[in-house]
Amino acid sequence: MNKPRSDLAMSESISELIVESLHVRVGGQMVLNGVDLRVASGEVHAVMGPNGSGKSTLAYAIMGRPSYEVTAGSITLNGADLVDLSPWERAHAGLFSTQQYPTEVPGVGLEIMLEEAVAATGGDRSAVEAQVAAEAELVGFDPDLLYRSLNVDLSGGEMKRSEAVQLGVLRPRIAILDELDSGLDVDALAAVSHRIELATHQDNLGVLAITHFSRLLTVLHADVVHILIDGVIRETGGPELAAQLEDTGYDPWVDDRSVAPVEIHLGGDPWP
Amino acid sequence: MIDSQFTPEAAGAIPGPDWLARRRVAAAEQVAVATMPSVEEELWRYTPIGQLDLGRYQLASDAGAQSPTSVPGHCAIADTSNGRLCGVELSPEAADQGVEVRPLGDGDAELAASVDVDLFAVMNAAFSVEPVLVRVPPGVSVEGPIVVRHWIDAEGAAVFPRLIVDAGADSSVEVLELYGSADVAAFVSPVVEIRVASAARVGYLAMQDLGPKVWHIGSQVSHIGSQAHMRASTAALGGGYARMRLDTHLSGRGATGDLISLYFGDGDQTLDFRTFQDHAAPDTTSSLLFKGAVDDSSRSVYTGLIRVRPDARGTNAYQTNRNIKLSEDAWAESVPNLEIENNEVHCSHASAVGPIDGEQLFYLESRGVPTETAERLIVTGFFDEVLDQFPVLEAVPAVRDRLQSKIEGFSHHHAIERSGSGA
Repeated sequence: MNKPRSDLAMSESISELIVESLHVRVGGQMVLNGVDLRVASGEVHAVMGPNGSGKSTLAYAIMGRPSYEVTAGSITLNGADLVDLSPWERAHAGLFSTQQYPTEVPGVGLEIMLEEAVAATGGDRSAVEAQVAAEAELVGFDPDLLYRSLNVDLSGGEMKRSEAVQLGVLRPRIAILDELDSGLDVDALAAVSHRIELATHQDNLGVLAITHFSRLLTVLHADVVHILIDGVIRETGGPELAAQLEDTGYDPWVDDRSVAPVEIHLGGDPWP
Repeated sequence: MIDSQFTPEAAGAIPGPDWLARRRVAAAEQVAVATMPSVEEELWRYTPIGQLDLGRYQLASDAGAQSPTSVPGHCAIADTSNGRLCGVELSPEAADQGVEVRPLGDGDAELAASVDVDLFAVMNAAFSVEPVLVRVPPGVSVEGPIVVRHWIDAEGAAVFPRLIVDAGADSSVEVLELYGSADVAAFVSPVVEIRVASAARVGYLAMQDLGPKVWHIGSQVSHIGSQAHMRASTAALGGGYARMRLDTHLSGRGATGDLISLYFGDGDQTLDFRTFQDHAAPDTTSSLLFKGAVDDSSRSVYTGLIRVRPDARGTNAYQTNRNIKLSEDAWAESVPNLEIENNEVHCSHASAVGPIDGEQLFYLESRGVPTETAERLIVTGFFDEVLDQFPVLEAVPAVRDRLQSKIEGFSHHHAIERSGSGA
């Protein structure tokens, strides 16, 4: 299990994200209660689960969002412990995450953000403009939108195309995609997932895709499916697990004794 | 009691036309019996007005250096130094059009209104040495901004700049006023009168970049006629205590006023705005957007009132004030108010004070942008909405540069604090 795809031209640098016994508290409440995961270069993993099972928390905790408190366990990328690193340091280590509803950042454009991100790792700031243009073309992101503020006045599909452009320029080792398919039309989903698949082949990108729906797994060709319930992974299997979910829903995995999952909403300012 | 050097005799001794001398003395007599405002008064709440000692300042006897700030593409430029008018240039094209930029003269009595919104406006009427008139004849569109630069470099100077902008019917003009100083203690109390006659269009931008030891207490009073449009903006960046009171009277049917300003406080600055949107005629529109940031132990105050008078049906009035608090010790107060005496109106107000948005910061950081860079981008982006709407485009790069240097200062010392605390 969890073997890299055989059709990959193996890159010399294999990365591995290892999440072990991860416990996370949000707003005073335990949301993850011991999650174990390993995602290696070139692999596509899906985490599926009902509302409130902790899927988005897993994504945020791995990326290091403030106020998502790791109370036990570890997150390592290529052996380096990420738990005490800030989000930007995790990004420099090779992580990338997309948000279900990407945050609007008024007055800050896509290109300047990417230039600063590239410059911060010692990269060539002046190469970013051409890379952005090429990536925009690849995913059908309207070049006129490049000059808008990040995620401001963009449709769901445009936002996800924008995130695919960012992924293409930043070339992360591991990408965490939180509900990539939400708010996306069929064309945008095809364009964005095609770009991600390309990255898994060309750049050996490892993917952790968090989703409600099996349709994303079909387009992304997930190798491994995990079922997350009440903050723990109840089962891990191949794509057939997603097919089984289609038939039965989450009932076979839901503990009778478990109370109805609580939706964690963090609408306000996440800074304590 | 106001200190003794600001006497009717002193006002009467200032040279100028007879009507102006009489007006000065009358104003100085008001000043002589006035008392200093106090923080007990609502309009002076949150201010350090109790610490203002007017006895430390006196009218400067000589002009010094002139403003070093240059603005491209201007059609006229007037310089004052320590309150003295020391030069006016007007392009031949503008002169041919009948545009006037000059000190007030004998026949101008009816052009200078009485502005007595507070004690300091009255002091300005009494002690403004050389009021400057910008006059645009009806129907004339002026190409390029008219620039009035004020520079103060005399220690202890009391300076009362006065600018009168008189835009004739169906005319169009942009005016830029620059306030700057050497690192001196001074008291600067300007008054700006803007009259926008029917169907005229006026853009006015003030860039206030005085030194940190300067008290700045100013008033801007505008009257907008029927179908006329004014966009008035302030970039308040300097001063120790710097205050502007803006009274915008929408006096003619269909008048529009846009009030678009920004401010950035650091050190121990206090930046203070009192705005009054006065809808006195039907179908008038006013849109106010003030955005500010406060760093270190600086403070900002915004209080605004929209008043819709009984006759002003069909009014649209908006007021938005947003503040970013960049440090624990900084403080921002925001108090919007509405007073509506007509039912057929659309009014809204919004205000906010908060730290840099955590979600925006996380988004940029999750892409690999280091914290201080992300903060700098967000704060810069916060002001873009204001800068994008500023009139006098020729001056916007200078405002942007100065603002950016303040933002870099913030970003830099936050980085130092972080590396210190992270050790």
